[in-house]
Amino acid sequence: MAEPRRPIESGVPDPMPFMHPMMRKNYGHWAWHDRPRPGVLHHVAESGDEIWTVKAGTQRQMDVFTVRKLCDIADKFAEGHVRFTVRSNIEFMVSKKDMVDPLIKALNAEGFPVGGTGNSVSMISHTQGWLHCDIPATDASGVVKSLMDELYEEFINERMPNRVKITTSCCQINCGGQGDIAINIQHTKPPRINHDLVSLQCERPAVVARCPVAAIRPAMVNGKPSLEVDEKKCVCCGACFPPCPPMQINDPENSKIAIWVGGKHSSTRSRPAFHKLVAAGLPNNAPRWPEVADTVKKILRAYQKDARAWERMNEWIDRIGWPRFFELTGLPFTKYHLETWRGGRASLNASAQLHF
Amino acid sequence: MAKQMPKTPLIDQLESGPWPSFVTGLKRLATSDKRYANMMKDLLGQLEHSYETRKGYWKGGTVGVFGYGAGVIPRFSEVADKYPESKEFHTIRIMPPAGMHYTTDLLRKLCDVWEKYGSGLIAFHGQSGDIMFQGSTSDNIQPAFDELNEMGFDLGGAGAGVRTSISCVGAARCEQSCFDEAKAMRMTINSMVDDMHRPSLPYKFKFKFAGCANDCANAIHRADMAVIGTWKDDMQVNQAEIKVKVSELGRKEFINQVIKLCPTQALDLNDDDTIAVDNKSCVRCMHCINVCTKALKPGKERGVAILVGGKRTLKVGDLMGTVVIPFLPMKTEEDFEKFVELGRNAVDFFAENALEHERTGEMIERIGLANFLEGLGLEIDPNMIAAPRSNSYVRMDGWDEEVKKWNARSKSAAE
Repeated sequence: MAEPRRPIESGVPDPMPFMHPMMRKNYGHWAWHDRPRPGVLHHVAESGDEIWTVKAGTQRQMDVFTVRKLCDIADKFAEGHVRFTVRSNIEFMVSKKDMVDPLIKALNAEGFPVGGTGNSVSMISHTQGWLHCDIPATDASGVVKSLMDELYEEFINERMPNRVKITTSCCQINCGGQGDIAINIQHTKPPRINHDLVSLQCERPAVVARCPVAAIRPAMVNGKPSLEVDEKKCVCCGACFPPCPPMQINDPENSKIAIWVGGKHSSTRSRPAFHKLVAAGLPNNAPRWPEVADTVKKILRAYQKDARAWERMNEWIDRIGWPRFFELTGLPFTKYHLETWRGGRASLNASAQLHF
Repeated sequence: MAKQMPKTPLIDQLESGPWPSFVTGLKRLATSDKRYANMMKDLLGQLEHSYETRKGYWKGGTVGVFGYGAGVIPRFSEVADKYPESKEFHTIRIMPPAGMHYTTDLLRKLCDVWEKYGSGLIAFHGQSGDIMFQGSTSDNIQPAFDELNEMGFDLGGAGAGVRTSISCVGAARCEQSCFDEAKAMRMTINSMVDDMHRPSLPYKFKFKFAGCANDCANAIHRADMAVIGTWKDDMQVNQAEIKVKVSELGRKEFINQVIKLCPTQALDLNDDDTIAVDNKSCVRCMHCINVCTKALKPGKERGVAILVGGKRTLKVGDLMGTVVIPFLPMKTEEDFEKFVELGRNAVDFFAENALEHERTGEMIERIGLANFLEGLGLEIDPNMIAAPRSNSYVRMDGWDEEVKKWNARSKSAAE
């Protein structure tokens, strides 16, 4: 057998050879920017050089034909350099203002929306789902496509009080991360265990250790070493499923979708914040998830109408209070909104400050 | 005989509507005359089956490339009897150029590789920050990697190791950038490829780099070590441009949108429509700079704040990164090297002290921040807290010694 090829552990590639030459030239020497219209950024360097960026939405899961189409547009209407944002938007950089409109036209003609800048709803951060993940309860690509169809006008316009970051996650590990609105799977039943397979596929002590509420213990079931779950303790989080696939947590009916609001990474104005539960029990209704879209739109409309300029979702709610949030959105408030995790008392109202 | 396209009435419904459709893209691959067309037909079939039954059908396994212990995500179908052509559909995680810059020439070459060895399906990018080349058979993983590797690309992280990193666009195009994000990211990650490619840490370790407090890299909550640009001196103010902004917005709206939203009340609008900045109260949050992009900029003494311990729910609940170094200059080669050494020390301390499957934030919660700081040789600073302790249950017989340390440090800082 031939000697295997030795890899070159080159690590992260240098971006300089691929960067737009004007960005390379003015690297670290930019002076200011503005946004001439939604989807377009205009940056001016200390040298006086100017660069325009046109941002477009993509489907993230891209076939090579789509990637090549974007390349054709970049070659013909831009200057052959692009970059991607962390939310899978593609950015085309051009050094002349009069290239902007034809570029936008070409993108729109091929079905790519231009937007996602400033106070818009940007592309939903996107996980793998049924297309490729080994533990998902739902599909990410389908949820995102369905939602972005509904929120299309909010992507191409900048008419929100501040930017809105929406995230999705197909399990409670939450690869999608924190968002102003987070659309996350919430399992509602304990795992169903295939006791014939546990000892063959799972490292049992590791599975026991993985449970956040110590609800799993080793047990002999039908004469075989297996695991059992104390269903009174189980919080149905699914943490045992990745290390032990015979502990099936996904359930077509009982894996529901929950909506969380007010997550924020930036330290801008308010401190970064975790998103908070506002709605749950929504059906995992493929292929279009209409109940999820309805709830998300309810929240967005209330925020859009009521928040002041520059208030992010969490800041708006901090000002108006949770009673008013549930009133304006029409969402029910239940005992499940009360935090039960450790430190949960810190989320209660320990004051006589009340909203009426 | 040519394989039939599967009937996909459910996912067909994802082809309508204005947003670009991934299903249309998958069908383009499945109906092409390329070698992967049959694989993509069965992939569509399996996806439709998932939509029908509302369940996923992929399982992991062991597939890799020579010399690496991670970076390939194996996917074997559990319904391969029905969809045999896509029974193996592995992903290769490849680290993109820092800041995700591409020429069209490079993108076309990447597409060519994935036409040759894969399914033609690529995600730009995964939540990990990698280019996700999805859909390869076990046999094609090694040659695909070899070709990408010869082009200058390397595998990203997976499993219990240092993970692929992200840096914001930063210095390449943003005046708010407070350091060379791409350089810091590459120096750090490229000094740790061993811990990325042969993972043997207690669990994952992520670095993320954002040029300012806007945190476009989502570092603070998603990184074990978040590196966020900031500055120490006064912010730069162009009063003439402030006057322009005030006249654009009107005084009332300028006060509403800029002055009143300052989290520490560090701004005042003067009678002549200039502003006064109380830089000692300013917390470098970026709000006024974001609104007045022409008039306001970060100061000139720029560097980074380091926050440690961000993570999502599993297993103790969400944790935000918290400050362990309020300011580290990041200008000279030595500054960058000093940072890389700090990152190295943090990973080493994690390797030695974390329990299995424990993230850095959880480890710090268990051992206490003071022990983490001591382990890394970092000095305590009031910028690390939102508030001092409120609980008296603590043994404090080392108080006098700690006061001496603080006084000695304050004295040497003053000199």
